[in-house]
Amino acid sequence: MTGELLTLLKNRISLIWLVLIAATLVSWWIGTGDAASPQLGTAAVFVVVFIKVRLVGLYFMELRDAPLPLRLLFEGYCLIVCTTLLVMYLAGGAGLIGRPHGAVVSW
Amino acid sequence: MFILGDLAAFALLFGVWMYYRGKEPALFADSQLEVHRSFGAINTLLLLTSSLFVITAVRAVRAQMRRVAQAAIGFAIVCGVAFLLDKVLEWTDLVANGHGPTANNYFLYFFVLTGLHAFHVLIGMGILTALLRLSRRPSLSKGSSPSSRVVRASGTWSISSGSSCSHCST
Repeated sequence: MTGELLTLLKNRISLIWLVLIAATLVSWWIGTGDAASPQLGTAAVFVVVFIKVRLVGLYFMELRDAPLPLRLLFEGYCLIVCTTLLVMYLAGGAGLIGRPHGAVVSW
Repeated sequence: MFILGDLAAFALLFGVWMYYRGKEPALFADSQLEVHRSFGAINTLLLLTSSLFVITAVRAVRAQMRRVAQAAIGFAIVCGVAFLLDKVLEWTDLVANGHGPTANNYFLYFFVLTGLHAFHVLIGMGILTALLRLSRRPSLSKGSSPSSRVVRASGTWSISSGSSCSHCST
């Protein structure tokens, strides 16, 4: 049975799994390292995360073989959510959104 | 449908997270230093691996390799148990160091998000356990049987949460 399991594991999916594991380790490394710019580091992690989400969707969830509209919906989701969160993250860090409570706005 | 709902819910939750981070950037920056990234990273590795096992189980069912499918689901459940153990250790560690959900807004959201996530994994494990029981029944039909579809659905359940988990640590 172990042999059969190993045969099943010799597959493209396992390769994708390896890529995802490697990407996780890269994020981990970026997260713990003393990056020159922590904000840039986190932004990089965001991008890595959404590349992972896309790989998971396409290969693990078999969206690669899904009808085109479903696949496009997913690709659009990845792109839009990643961009939105990145913009919110960078704008939030610069104090552009959700101003602190009680902050006085001078015009 | 469930998965689309999940995707939307997680996008919304992270949006809310970012919004409140914008309100208290210094608090969020300081608080996230208290969270050990290793817990989250290990859990991401566990969920990715459990996903691989669930996918392998689906392929085994398609190939009529029932025993292999059962073993693969078993391994996936073990990953799930390890995930929950890691999560409990992380939470205990945070609370013991005065970073419980009531400490500040950052930890409130942290516990809500990771709690929801753990709940998701728990549901996924429930489904996997039910499948394991189902697979012991004599008749196991081919390819597009409901069981293989359910396996896939529950697999994606754990998968989608796996990738999003690493967000929390950033």
